[in-house]
Amino acid sequence: DIDGVGHKYYLELELEDVLDKDRTVNCSAEVLYHLGSKTSAPDVQVTVQGELRSTEEADKEFYNWIRSLEKELVAENIPDSHGNIPPELEPIHLLAWVASGYVIWQNSTENTKFHLAQVKHVKQVKRSDEDLQFDFLVLLHEMVSQELLPWEVTLLWHPQHGARVSQS
Amino acid sequence: DQVLHIVPETFQQVQHLQLLCSTFVLDLWKPLLPEDIRAGEDLHIRVPASLVQEVKDSLDQHMIFHRVLIPDVQKLVDQSMPRERSSHRQVSGGYVYTEYHPMEEIYQWMTQIQKNNSELVTQHFLGKTFENRTMYYLQISQPSNKTKKIIWMDCGIHAREWISPAFCQWFVKEILQNYKTDPKISRFLQNLDLYVLPVLNIDGYIYSWEEDRLWRKSRSPYENGTCYGTDLNRNFNSSWGSVGVSFNCSSDVFCGSGPESEPETRAVAQFIKSKKSDILCYLTIHSYGQLILTPYGSTTKPPSNNEELMQVAKEAAAALTGKYGTSYRVGSTALILYSNSGSSRDWAHTIGIPLSYTFELRDTGTHGFVLPANQIQPTCEETM
Repeated sequence: DIDGVGHKYYLELELEDVLDKDRTVNCSAEVLYHLGSKTSAPDVQVTVQGELRSTEEADKEFYNWIRSLEKELVAENIPDSHGNIPPELEPIHLLAWVASGYVIWQNSTENTKFHLAQVKHVKQVKRSDEDLQFDFLVLLHEMVSQELLPWEVTLLWHPQHGARVSQS
Repeated sequence: DQVLHIVPETFQQVQHLQLLCSTFVLDLWKPLLPEDIRAGEDLHIRVPASLVQEVKDSLDQHMIFHRVLIPDVQKLVDQSMPRERSSHRQVSGGYVYTEYHPMEEIYQWMTQIQKNNSELVTQHFLGKTFENRTMYYLQISQPSNKTKKIIWMDCGIHAREWISPAFCQWFVKEILQNYKTDPKISRFLQNLDLYVLPVLNIDGYIYSWEEDRLWRKSRSPYENGTCYGTDLNRNFNSSWGSVGVSFNCSSDVFCGSGPESEPETRAVAQFIKSKKSDILCYLTIHSYGQLILTPYGSTTKPPSNNEELMQVAKEAAAALTGKYGTSYRVGSTALILYSNSGSSRDWAHTIGIPLSYTFELRDTGTHGFVLPANQIQPTCEETM
Protein backbone atom coordinates (compact mmCIF):
# COMPACT_ATOMS: atom_id res chain seq x y z
CA ASP A 1 0.00 0.00 0.00
CA ILE A 2 1.46 3.31 -1.00
CA ASP A 3 -0.61 6.10 0.47
CA GLY A 4 -2.01 8.48 -2.05
CA VAL A 5 -0.44 6.57 -4.95
CA GLY A 6 -1.80 3.04 -5.17
CA HIS A 7 -0.93 -0.60 -4.56
CA LYS A 8 2.44 -2.05 -5.48
CA TYR A 9 3.08 -5.75 -5.99
CA TYR A 10 6.47 -7.45 -6.01
CA LEU A 11 6.55 -10.65 -8.02
CA GLU A 12 8.99 -13.50 -8.53
CA LEU A 13 8.07 -15.35 -11.67
CA GLU A 14 9.27 -18.38 -13.54
CA LEU A 15 8.88 -18.09 -17.29
CA GLU A 16 8.40 -21.26 -19.29
CA ASP A 17 9.27 -21.28 -22.98
CA VAL A 18 6.09 -22.31 -24.81
CA LEU A 19 8.12 -23.80 -27.65
CA ASP A 20 10.69 -25.55 -25.44
CA LYS A 21 8.97 -26.77 -22.29
CA ASP A 22 12.11 -27.79 -20.41
CA ARG A 23 13.48 -24.31 -20.55
CA THR A 24 12.65 -21.90 -17.74
CA VAL A 25 13.94 -18.47 -16.92
CA ASN A 26 13.43 -16.57 -13.69
CA CYS A 27 12.28 -13.01 -13.67
CA SER A 28 11.14 -10.46 -11.15
CA ALA A 29 8.57 -7.73 -11.62
CA GLU A 30 7.07 -4.72 -9.89
CA VAL A 31 3.50 -3.77 -10.68
CA LEU A 32 1.95 -0.53 -9.48
CA TYR A 33 -1.81 -0.14 -9.75
CA HIS A 34 -2.69 3.52 -9.55
CA LEU A 35 -5.26 4.69 -7.02
CA GLY A 36 -8.61 5.63 -8.38
CA SER A 37 -7.90 6.36 -12.00
CA LYS A 38 -9.54 3.63 -13.98
CA THR A 39 -8.17 4.84 -17.25
CA SER A 40 -4.51 4.46 -16.51
CA ALA A 41 -2.63 1.23 -17.12
CA PRO A 42 -0.57 -0.18 -14.24
CA ASP A 43 3.15 0.62 -14.22
CA VAL A 44 5.23 -2.46 -14.85
CA GLN A 45 8.96 -3.02 -14.42
CA VAL A 46 10.42 -6.39 -15.36
CA THR A 47 13.92 -7.83 -14.93
CA VAL A 48 14.80 -11.08 -16.64
CA GLN A 49 17.45 -13.08 -14.80
CA GLY A 50 19.18 -15.10 -17.45
CA GLU A 51 18.92 -15.38 -21.17
CA LEU A 52 16.03 -15.95 -23.49
CA ARG A 53 16.64 -18.54 -26.19
CA SER A 54 17.59 -17.22 -29.62
CA THR A 55 14.80 -17.61 -32.14
CA GLU A 56 16.70 -16.13 -35.09
CA GLU A 57 16.30 -19.14 -37.39
CA ALA A 58 12.57 -19.55 -36.85
CA ASP A 59 12.00 -15.79 -37.02
CA LYS A 60 13.78 -15.58 -40.35
CA GLU A 61 11.88 -18.53 -41.77
CA PHE A 62 8.53 -17.10 -40.73
CA TYR A 63 9.45 -13.63 -41.99
CA ASN A 64 10.55 -14.98 -45.36
CA TRP A 65 7.46 -17.13 -45.67
CA ILE A 66 5.09 -14.21 -45.10
CA ARG A 67 7.06 -11.99 -47.45
CA SER A 68 6.92 -14.66 -50.14
CA LEU A 69 3.12 -14.97 -50.08
CA GLU A 70 1.47 -13.69 -53.22
CA LYS A 71 -1.71 -12.62 -51.43
CA GLU A 72 -1.90 -11.08 -47.96
CA LEU A 73 -2.52 -13.68 -45.27
CA VAL A 74 -6.07 -13.83 -43.92
CA ALA A 75 -7.29 -16.29 -41.31
CA GLU A 76 -10.18 -16.83 -38.90
CA ASN A 77 -10.90 -18.64 -35.66
CA ILE A 78 -7.50 -19.50 -34.26
CA PRO A 79 -7.86 -21.97 -32.64
CA ASP A 80 -10.95 -23.52 -34.19
CA SER A 81 -13.87 -24.83 -32.13
CA HIS A 82 -12.01 -28.03 -31.35
CA GLY A 83 -8.87 -26.27 -30.20
CA ASN A 84 -6.84 -26.95 -33.33
CA ILE A 85 -4.35 -24.57 -34.95
CA PRO A 86 -2.81 -25.36 -38.34
CA PRO A 87 0.98 -25.51 -37.74
CA GLU A 88 1.86 -22.76 -40.22
CA LEU A 89 -0.45 -20.42 -38.30
CA GLU A 90 1.20 -21.09 -34.92
CA PRO A 91 3.46 -18.02 -35.27
CA ILE A 92 0.38 -15.89 -36.05
CA HIS A 93 -1.25 -17.22 -32.90
CA LEU A 94 1.85 -16.33 -30.89
CA LEU A 95 1.89 -12.81 -32.32
CA ALA A 96 -1.80 -12.46 -31.43
CA TRP A 97 -0.88 -13.47 -27.91
CA VAL A 98 1.71 -10.71 -27.77
CA ALA A 99 -0.75 -8.17 -29.13
CA SER A 100 -3.36 -9.31 -26.58
CA GLY A 101 -0.78 -8.97 -23.83
CA TYR A 102 -0.49 -5.30 -24.63
CA VAL A 103 -4.27 -4.78 -24.61
CA ILE A 104 -4.59 -6.73 -21.37
CA TRP A 105 -1.89 -4.66 -19.73
CA GLN A 106 -3.55 -1.44 -20.80
CA ASN A 107 -6.90 -2.55 -19.40
CA SER A 108 -5.98 -4.42 -16.23
CA THR A 109 -6.98 -3.43 -12.73
CA GLU A 110 -6.65 -5.31 -9.46
CA ASN A 111 -10.08 -6.78 -10.14
CA THR A 112 -9.66 -8.17 -13.61
CA LYS A 113 -8.22 -11.42 -14.92
CA PHE A 114 -7.89 -11.59 -18.68
CA HIS A 115 -6.96 -14.37 -21.07
CA LEU A 116 -6.90 -14.53 -24.85
CA ALA A 117 -9.86 -16.80 -25.70
CA GLN A 118 -9.62 -16.89 -29.47
CA VAL A 119 -8.32 -14.96 -32.46
CA LYS A 120 -11.50 -14.21 -34.36
CA HIS A 121 -9.84 -12.74 -37.42
CA VAL A 122 -6.40 -11.75 -38.66
CA LYS A 123 -5.48 -9.87 -41.78
CA GLN A 124 -2.01 -9.10 -42.99
CA VAL A 125 -1.48 -5.62 -44.40
CA LYS A 126 1.39 -5.21 -46.84
CA ARG A 127 3.75 -2.36 -46.03
CA SER A 128 6.30 -0.41 -47.97
CA ASP A 129 8.85 -0.70 -45.15
CA GLU A 130 10.43 -3.88 -43.77
CA ASP A 131 7.89 -4.56 -41.02
CA LEU A 132 5.13 -7.14 -41.16
CA GLN A 133 1.74 -5.77 -40.17
CA PHE A 134 -1.15 -7.87 -38.82
CA ASP A 135 -4.58 -6.47 -38.00
CA PHE A 136 -6.15 -8.71 -35.35
CA LEU A 137 -9.63 -9.06 -33.95
CA VAL A 138 -9.13 -10.93 -30.67
CA LEU A 139 -11.62 -12.15 -28.09
CA LEU A 140 -10.47 -11.58 -24.52
CA HIS A 141 -12.13 -13.54 -21.71
CA GLU A 142 -12.49 -11.67 -18.43
CA MET A 143 -12.79 -14.12 -15.54
CA VAL A 144 -14.73 -12.06 -12.98
CA SER A 145 -17.47 -10.81 -15.29
CA GLN A 146 -17.14 -13.89 -17.53
CA GLU A 147 -17.47 -11.55 -20.49
CA LEU A 148 -15.90 -12.07 -23.88
CA LEU A 149 -14.59 -8.73 -25.08
CA PRO A 150 -13.74 -8.24 -28.74
CA TRP A 151 -10.74 -6.05 -29.40
CA GLU A 152 -9.12 -4.76 -32.58
CA VAL A 153 -5.36 -4.47 -32.36
CA THR A 154 -2.68 -3.90 -34.98
CA LEU A 155 0.74 -5.42 -34.49
CA LEU A 156 3.97 -4.64 -36.32
CA TRP A 157 6.74 -7.22 -36.28
CA HIS A 158 10.25 -7.60 -37.63
CA PRO A 159 12.86 -10.28 -36.78
CA GLN A 160 15.37 -7.73 -35.53
CA HIS A 161 13.06 -5.00 -34.28
CA GLY A 162 10.60 -7.21 -32.44
CA ALA A 163 6.88 -6.58 -31.93
CA ARG A 164 5.13 -3.25 -31.47
CA VAL A 165 1.44 -2.45 -31.14
CA SER A 166 0.59 0.35 -33.48
CA GLN A 167 -3.02 0.84 -32.42
CA SER A 168 -5.73 -0.84 -30.40
CA ASP B 1 9.99 -33.01 -45.82
CA GLN B 2 10.05 -29.41 -46.95
CA VAL B 3 8.53 -27.53 -49.83
CA LEU B 4 10.87 -24.96 -51.40
CA HIS B 5 9.89 -21.90 -53.39
CA ILE B 6 12.35 -21.05 -56.14
CA VAL B 7 12.33 -18.53 -58.97
CA PRO B 8 15.07 -19.44 -61.45
CA GLU B 9 16.57 -16.40 -63.09
CA THR B 10 18.53 -17.79 -66.02
CA PHE B 11 18.22 -20.63 -68.48
CA GLN B 12 21.26 -22.24 -66.89
CA GLN B 13 19.48 -22.29 -63.54
CA VAL B 14 16.41 -23.82 -65.16
CA GLN B 15 18.56 -26.58 -66.59
CA HIS B 16 20.21 -27.23 -63.27
CA LEU B 17 16.85 -27.45 -61.57
CA GLN B 18 15.59 -29.89 -64.18
CA LEU B 19 18.68 -31.99 -63.55
CA LEU B 20 18.10 -31.91 -59.80
CA CYS B 21 14.50 -33.01 -60.23
CA SER B 22 15.40 -36.02 -62.30
CA THR B 23 18.51 -37.01 -60.36
CA PHE B 24 16.79 -36.96 -57.00
CA VAL B 25 13.30 -37.77 -58.26
CA LEU B 26 11.89 -34.72 -56.51
CA ASP B 27 8.17 -34.09 -56.21
CA LEU B 28 7.24 -31.09 -58.33
CA TRP B 29 4.19 -29.25 -57.02
CA LYS B 30 4.40 -26.36 -59.44
CA PRO B 31 4.72 -26.73 -62.34
CA LEU B 32 3.83 -30.38 -62.71
CA LEU B 33 6.53 -31.36 -65.16
CA PRO B 34 10.25 -30.50 -65.23
CA GLU B 35 10.01 -29.47 -68.87
CA ASP B 36 7.59 -26.71 -67.84
CA ILE B 37 10.11 -25.01 -65.57
CA ARG B 38 10.73 -21.48 -66.86
CA ALA B 39 13.01 -18.66 -65.91
CA GLY B 40 11.17 -15.97 -64.01
CA GLU B 41 8.32 -18.30 -62.97
CA ASP B 42 7.50 -19.78 -59.55
CA LEU B 43 8.73 -23.23 -58.75
CA HIS B 44 7.49 -25.25 -55.78
CA ILE B 45 9.26 -28.55 -55.06
CA ARG B 46 8.78 -30.99 -52.22
CA VAL B 47 12.11 -32.33 -51.02
CA PRO B 48 12.25 -35.46 -48.82
CA ALA B 49 13.74 -34.78 -45.40
CA SER B 50 16.87 -36.84 -46.06
CA LEU B 51 17.75 -34.78 -49.13
CA VAL B 52 16.89 -31.30 -47.88
CA GLN B 53 20.43 -30.30 -46.96
CA GLU B 54 21.99 -31.72 -50.11
CA VAL B 55 19.47 -30.00 -52.36
CA LYS B 56 19.86 -26.68 -50.57
CA ASP B 57 23.65 -26.93 -50.84
CA SER B 58 23.38 -27.61 -54.55
CA LEU B 59 21.10 -24.61 -55.02
CA ASP B 60 23.49 -22.41 -53.08
CA GLN B 61 26.39 -23.62 -55.18
CA HIS B 62 24.58 -22.49 -58.29
CA MET B 63 23.49 -19.23 -56.69
CA ILE B 64 19.85 -20.23 -57.05
CA PHE B 65 17.86 -18.28 -54.47
CA HIS B 66 15.27 -20.32 -52.54
CA ARG B 67 12.79 -19.90 -49.68
CA VAL B 68 11.12 -22.51 -47.50
CA LEU B 69 7.41 -22.49 -48.27
CA ILE B 70 6.41 -25.36 -45.98
CA PRO B 71 8.89 -26.27 -43.25
CA ASP B 72 7.24 -29.59 -42.29
CA VAL B 73 4.90 -31.32 -44.70
CA GLN B 74 3.98 -34.20 -42.38
CA LYS B 75 2.77 -31.83 -39.67
CA LEU B 76 0.42 -30.17 -42.14
CA VAL B 77 -0.86 -33.52 -43.33
CA ASP B 78 -1.54 -34.75 -39.79
CA GLN B 79 -3.25 -31.52 -38.92
CA SER B 80 -5.58 -31.68 -41.87
CA MET B 81 -6.81 -35.19 -41.11
CA PRO B 82 -10.42 -35.01 -39.86
CA ARG B 83 -9.84 -37.88 -37.41
CA GLU B 84 -6.64 -38.88 -35.72
CA ARG B 85 -5.33 -42.25 -36.77
CA SER B 86 -2.93 -42.67 -33.90
CA SER B 87 -3.13 -45.59 -31.54
CA HIS B 88 -3.89 -43.18 -28.72
CA ARG B 89 -7.49 -42.98 -29.84
CA GLN B 90 -9.89 -44.13 -27.17
CA VAL B 91 -12.72 -45.93 -28.86
CA SER B 92 -15.17 -48.06 -26.99
CA GLY B 93 -17.90 -49.78 -28.91
CA GLY B 94 -17.37 -47.40 -31.79
CA TYR B 95 -17.68 -44.16 -29.78
CA VAL B 96 -14.64 -41.91 -29.82
CA TYR B 97 -14.14 -40.51 -26.33
CA THR B 98 -11.15 -38.40 -27.36
CA GLU B 99 -13.24 -36.09 -29.50
CA TYR B 100 -15.89 -33.52 -28.78
CA HIS B 101 -19.41 -34.60 -29.74
CA PRO B 102 -22.46 -32.58 -30.73
CA MET B 103 -25.67 -33.04 -28.73
CA GLU B 104 -27.30 -35.40 -31.25
CA GLU B 105 -24.44 -37.83 -30.81
CA ILE B 106 -24.55 -37.51 -27.03
CA TYR B 107 -28.26 -38.42 -27.03
CA GLN B 108 -27.47 -41.48 -29.17
CA TRP B 109 -24.57 -42.34 -26.89
CA MET B 110 -26.83 -42.36 -23.82
CA THR B 111 -29.25 -44.74 -25.51
CA GLN B 112 -26.39 -47.02 -26.53
CA ILE B 113 -24.80 -46.97 -23.11
CA GLN B 114 -28.02 -48.06 -21.49
CA LYS B 115 -28.56 -50.75 -24.10
CA ASN B 116 -25.06 -52.18 -23.75
CA ASN B 117 -24.99 -52.06 -19.96
CA SER B 118 -28.60 -52.64 -19.03
CA GLU B 119 -27.70 -54.55 -15.88
CA LEU B 120 -26.19 -51.43 -14.43
CA VAL B 121 -27.40 -48.36 -16.31
CA THR B 122 -30.80 -46.78 -16.65
CA GLN B 123 -31.60 -43.57 -18.49
CA HIS B 124 -34.08 -41.25 -16.79
CA PHE B 125 -36.08 -38.19 -17.71
CA LEU B 126 -35.09 -35.14 -15.70
CA GLY B 127 -36.97 -32.31 -17.37
CA LYS B 128 -37.10 -30.09 -20.41
CA THR B 129 -34.98 -27.17 -21.50
CA PHE B 130 -36.35 -23.82 -22.56
CA GLU B 131 -36.25 -24.85 -26.21
CA ASN B 132 -38.14 -27.98 -25.19
CA ARG B 133 -35.31 -30.46 -25.42
CA THR B 134 -35.32 -33.42 -23.07
CA MET B 135 -32.80 -33.58 -20.26
CA TYR B 136 -31.72 -37.11 -19.35
CA TYR B 137 -29.50 -38.38 -16.59
CA LEU B 138 -27.87 -41.80 -16.35
CA GLN B 139 -28.20 -43.84 -13.20
CA ILE B 140 -25.39 -46.33 -12.60
CA SER B 141 -26.55 -48.66 -9.91
CA GLN B 142 -25.57 -52.17 -8.97
CA PRO B 143 -28.61 -54.21 -8.01
CA SER B 144 -28.61 -54.94 -4.28
CA ASN B 145 -31.04 -55.21 -1.40
CA LYS B 146 -29.65 -52.26 0.51
CA THR B 147 -30.47 -48.64 -0.22
CA LYS B 148 -27.37 -46.86 -1.36
CA LYS B 149 -26.16 -43.33 -0.97
CA ILE B 150 -25.92 -41.23 -4.12
CA ILE B 151 -23.21 -39.26 -5.82
CA TRP B 152 -24.58 -36.75 -8.32
CA MET B 153 -22.47 -35.24 -11.07
CA ASP B 154 -23.57 -32.75 -13.71
CA CYS B 155 -21.60 -31.42 -16.66
CA GLY B 156 -22.13 -28.68 -19.20
CA ILE B 157 -23.97 -26.07 -17.17
CA HIS B 158 -21.98 -23.53 -19.19
CA ALA B 159 -22.18 -24.10 -22.92
CA ARG B 160 -18.62 -23.21 -23.97
CA GLU B 161 -16.92 -25.49 -21.44
CA TRP B 162 -16.79 -28.43 -23.85
CA ILE B 163 -14.26 -30.43 -21.82
CA SER B 164 -16.95 -30.79 -19.14
CA PRO B 165 -19.51 -32.96 -21.04
CA ALA B 166 -16.52 -34.79 -22.54
CA PHE B 167 -15.48 -35.66 -19.02
CA CYS B 168 -18.94 -36.92 -18.01
CA GLN B 169 -18.98 -39.25 -21.00
CA TRP B 170 -15.46 -40.44 -20.25
CA PHE B 171 -16.34 -41.00 -16.61
CA VAL B 172 -19.31 -43.20 -17.49
CA LYS B 173 -17.22 -45.19 -19.93
CA GLU B 174 -14.43 -45.74 -17.39
CA ILE B 175 -16.81 -46.94 -14.70
CA LEU B 176 -18.63 -49.31 -17.03
CA GLN B 177 -15.46 -50.66 -18.60
CA ASN B 178 -13.72 -51.38 -15.34
CA TYR B 179 -16.26 -52.09 -12.62
CA LYS B 180 -15.78 -55.83 -12.86
CA THR B 181 -12.01 -55.75 -12.82
CA ASP B 182 -11.07 -52.69 -10.79
CA PRO B 183 -11.50 -53.40 -7.06
CA LYS B 184 -11.84 -49.70 -6.19
CA ILE B 185 -14.66 -49.17 -8.65
CA SER B 186 -16.47 -52.36 -7.74
CA ARG B 187 -16.34 -51.48 -4.04
CA PHE B 188 -17.63 -48.03 -4.94
CA LEU B 189 -20.63 -49.46 -6.73
CA GLN B 190 -21.42 -51.85 -3.92
CA ASN B 191 -22.06 -48.93 -1.65
CA LEU B 192 -22.96 -46.02 -3.89
CA ASP B 193 -25.17 -45.13 -6.83
CA LEU B 194 -23.87 -42.71 -9.45
CA TYR B 195 -26.17 -40.25 -11.15
CA VAL B 196 -24.63 -38.47 -14.14
CA LEU B 197 -26.15 -35.61 -16.14
CA PRO B 198 -23.86 -35.33 -19.19
CA VAL B 199 -25.20 -31.98 -20.44
CA LEU B 200 -27.27 -29.70 -18.24
CA ASN B 201 -27.48 -26.68 -20.53
CA ILE B 202 -28.43 -28.49 -23.72
CA ASP B 203 -29.78 -25.45 -25.59
CA GLY B 204 -26.61 -23.50 -24.86
CA TYR B 205 -24.36 -26.40 -25.82
CA ILE B 206 -26.05 -26.79 -29.19
CA TYR B 207 -25.80 -23.02 -29.71
CA SER B 208 -22.06 -23.19 -29.06
CA TRP B 209 -21.72 -25.82 -31.77
CA GLU B 210 -23.88 -24.07 -34.33
CA GLU B 211 -23.60 -20.35 -33.76
CA ASP B 212 -21.14 -19.10 -31.17
CA ARG B 213 -18.41 -21.30 -29.76
CA LEU B 214 -17.92 -19.04 -26.76
CA TRP B 215 -21.57 -18.86 -25.63
CA ARG B 216 -22.04 -19.49 -21.89
CA LYS B 217 -25.66 -19.13 -20.86
CA SER B 218 -28.98 -20.80 -21.63
CA ARG B 219 -31.14 -19.65 -24.53
CA SER B 220 -34.24 -18.26 -22.90
CA PRO B 221 -35.30 -14.91 -24.35
CA TYR B 222 -35.72 -11.73 -22.35
CA GLU B 223 -36.67 -8.15 -23.13
CA ASN B 224 -39.08 -9.08 -25.88
CA GLY B 225 -36.66 -11.47 -27.59
CA THR B 226 -33.93 -8.88 -27.98
CA CYS B 227 -31.65 -10.57 -25.50
CA TYR B 228 -30.96 -14.23 -24.70
CA GLY B 229 -29.79 -16.48 -21.94
CA THR B 230 -29.50 -16.84 -18.19
CA ASP B 231 -26.29 -17.92 -16.48
CA LEU B 232 -27.68 -21.12 -15.00
CA ASN B 233 -24.97 -21.13 -12.38
CA ARG B 234 -26.29 -17.87 -10.98
CA ASN B 235 -29.91 -18.97 -11.11
CA PHE B 236 -30.10 -21.34 -8.12
CA ASN B 237 -31.77 -20.40 -4.87
CA SER B 238 -28.67 -19.68 -2.79
CA SER B 239 -28.40 -16.01 -1.88
CA TRP B 240 -29.79 -15.43 -5.35
CA GLY B 241 -29.04 -12.09 -6.91
CA SER B 242 -26.82 -10.82 -4.12
CA VAL B 243 -23.27 -10.72 -5.50
CA GLY B 244 -21.26 -11.45 -8.63
CA VAL B 245 -24.30 -11.25 -10.88
CA SER B 246 -25.97 -8.88 -13.27
CA PHE B 247 -29.64 -8.08 -13.62
CA ASN B 248 -29.04 -7.13 -17.20
CA CYS B 249 -29.83 -9.83 -19.71
CA SER B 250 -26.94 -8.89 -21.98
CA SER B 251 -24.43 -9.83 -19.29
CA ASP B 252 -22.78 -13.23 -19.24
CA VAL B 253 -23.62 -13.51 -15.55
CA PHE B 254 -27.28 -12.56 -15.85
CA CYS B 255 -28.99 -14.39 -13.00
CA GLY B 256 -32.45 -14.65 -14.52
CA SER B 257 -35.70 -13.03 -13.44
CA GLY B 258 -35.73 -14.81 -10.08
CA PRO B 259 -34.28 -17.87 -8.33
CA GLU B 260 -35.01 -21.00 -10.38
CA SER B 261 -36.61 -18.90 -13.12
CA GLU B 262 -35.16 -21.26 -15.74
CA PRO B 263 -36.63 -24.68 -16.58
CA GLU B 264 -33.19 -26.30 -16.58
CA THR B 265 -32.51 -25.04 -13.05
CA ARG B 266 -35.91 -26.22 -11.84
CA ALA B 267 -35.44 -29.66 -13.37
CA VAL B 268 -32.18 -30.19 -11.52
CA ALA B 269 -33.31 -28.57 -8.27
CA GLN B 270 -36.56 -30.50 -8.07
CA PHE B 271 -34.82 -33.81 -8.55
CA ILE B 272 -32.02 -33.17 -6.10
CA LYS B 273 -34.47 -31.92 -3.50
CA SER B 274 -36.47 -35.09 -3.84
CA LYS B 275 -33.41 -37.25 -3.20
CA LYS B 276 -31.48 -35.00 -0.87
CA SER B 277 -31.50 -37.25 2.17
CA ASP B 278 -29.65 -39.89 0.16
CA ILE B 279 -27.20 -37.66 -1.72
CA LEU B 280 -23.77 -37.76 -0.16
CA CYS B 281 -21.90 -35.70 -2.70
CA TYR B 282 -22.82 -33.10 -5.31
CA LEU B 283 -20.29 -32.50 -8.09
CA THR B 284 -20.60 -29.96 -10.86
CA ILE B 285 -17.99 -29.89 -13.63
CA HIS B 286 -16.76 -26.70 -15.33
CA SER B 287 -13.72 -25.27 -17.05
CA TYR B 288 -11.30 -23.64 -16.98
CA GLY B 289 -8.99 -22.91 -14.08
CA GLN B 290 -7.76 -26.14 -12.57
CA LEU B 291 -9.56 -25.62 -9.29
CA ILE B 292 -11.58 -27.62 -6.82
CA LEU B 293 -14.00 -25.11 -5.31
CA THR B 294 -15.85 -25.49 -2.04
CA PRO B 295 -18.82 -23.46 -0.79
CA TYR B 296 -19.48 -20.58 -0.66
CA GLY B 297 -19.28 -18.02 -3.40
CA SER B 298 -21.57 -15.48 -1.82
CA THR B 299 -19.71 -15.12 1.46
CA THR B 300 -16.28 -15.84 2.89
CA LYS B 301 -17.85 -17.27 6.01
CA PRO B 302 -16.88 -20.96 5.89
CA PRO B 303 -19.52 -23.71 5.83
CA SER B 304 -20.05 -25.79 8.98
CA ASN B 305 -18.12 -28.79 7.70
CA ASN B 306 -15.34 -26.80 6.10
CA GLU B 307 -12.55 -28.94 7.52
CA GLU B 308 -13.97 -32.10 6.04
CA LEU B 309 -14.71 -30.41 2.72
CA MET B 310 -11.15 -29.11 2.47
CA GLN B 311 -9.54 -32.37 3.49
CA VAL B 312 -11.38 -34.42 0.91
CA ALA B 313 -10.70 -31.81 -1.78
CA LYS B 314 -7.00 -31.67 -0.95
CA GLU B 315 -6.70 -35.43 -1.22
CA ALA B 316 -8.49 -35.32 -4.55
CA ALA B 317 -6.17 -32.60 -5.85
CA ALA B 318 -3.11 -34.54 -4.73
CA ALA B 319 -4.32 -37.69 -6.49
CA LEU B 320 -4.99 -35.66 -9.61
CA THR B 321 -1.54 -34.11 -9.59
CA GLY B 322 -0.05 -37.56 -9.11
CA LYS B 323 -1.16 -38.57 -12.60
CA TYR B 324 0.41 -36.00 -14.91
CA GLY B 325 1.67 -33.31 -12.59
CA THR B 326 -1.22 -30.99 -13.32
CA SER B 327 -1.66 -28.71 -10.37
CA TYR B 328 -5.06 -27.83 -8.99
CA ARG B 329 -5.80 -25.25 -6.32
CA VAL B 330 -8.37 -25.95 -3.61
CA GLY B 331 -10.53 -23.55 -1.67
CA SER B 332 -13.77 -21.66 -1.37
CA THR B 333 -14.94 -19.78 -4.43
CA ALA B 334 -15.19 -16.48 -2.61
CA LEU B 335 -11.59 -16.74 -1.46
CA ILE B 336 -9.75 -18.06 -4.49
CA LEU B 337 -11.85 -17.10 -7.47
CA TYR B 338 -14.53 -14.44 -7.21
CA SER B 339 -17.76 -13.75 -5.43
CA ASN B 340 -20.92 -15.17 -6.89
CA SER B 341 -24.38 -16.10 -5.73
CA GLY B 342 -26.96 -18.51 -7.03
CA SER B 343 -24.50 -21.29 -7.83
CA SER B 344 -25.68 -24.88 -7.91
CA ARG B 345 -22.87 -25.98 -5.63
CA ASP B 346 -23.77 -23.48 -2.91
CA TRP B 347 -27.44 -24.38 -3.19
CA ALA B 348 -26.73 -28.10 -2.88
CA HIS B 349 -24.81 -27.48 0.31
CA THR B 350 -27.42 -25.23 1.86
CA ILE B 351 -30.13 -27.84 1.42
CA GLY B 352 -28.04 -30.30 3.33
CA ILE B 353 -25.73 -32.15 0.96
CA PRO B 354 -22.51 -32.35 2.94
CA LEU B 355 -19.91 -32.67 0.19
CA SER B 356 -20.49 -30.19 -2.60
CA TYR B 357 -17.79 -29.24 -5.11
CA THR B 358 -17.23 -27.39 -8.34
CA PHE B 359 -14.43 -28.77 -10.45
CA GLU B 360 -12.81 -26.36 -12.90
CA LEU B 361 -10.91 -28.59 -15.33
CA ARG B 362 -7.92 -27.75 -17.59
CA ASP B 363 -6.39 -25.41 -18.40
CA THR B 364 -5.31 -22.15 -16.79
CA GLY B 365 -5.82 -19.85 -19.73
CA THR B 366 -3.48 -20.93 -22.51
CA HIS B 367 -6.38 -22.44 -24.42
CA GLY B 368 -9.14 -21.58 -21.99
CA PHE B 369 -12.50 -22.78 -23.21
CA VAL B 370 -11.14 -23.96 -26.54
CA LEU B 371 -9.15 -26.87 -25.13
CA PRO B 372 -7.77 -29.03 -27.96
CA ALA B 373 -9.32 -32.47 -28.26
CA ASN B 374 -5.93 -34.06 -27.74
CA GLN B 375 -6.12 -32.96 -24.11
CA ILE B 376 -9.42 -34.77 -23.48
CA GLN B 377 -7.70 -38.02 -22.58
CA PRO B 378 -5.09 -36.70 -20.10
CA THR B 379 -7.60 -34.33 -18.53
CA CYS B 380 -10.13 -37.09 -18.01
CA GLU B 381 -7.57 -39.63 -16.85
CA GLU B 382 -6.17 -37.37 -14.18
CA THR B 383 -9.63 -36.29 -13.05
CA MET B 384 -10.76 -39.91 -12.69
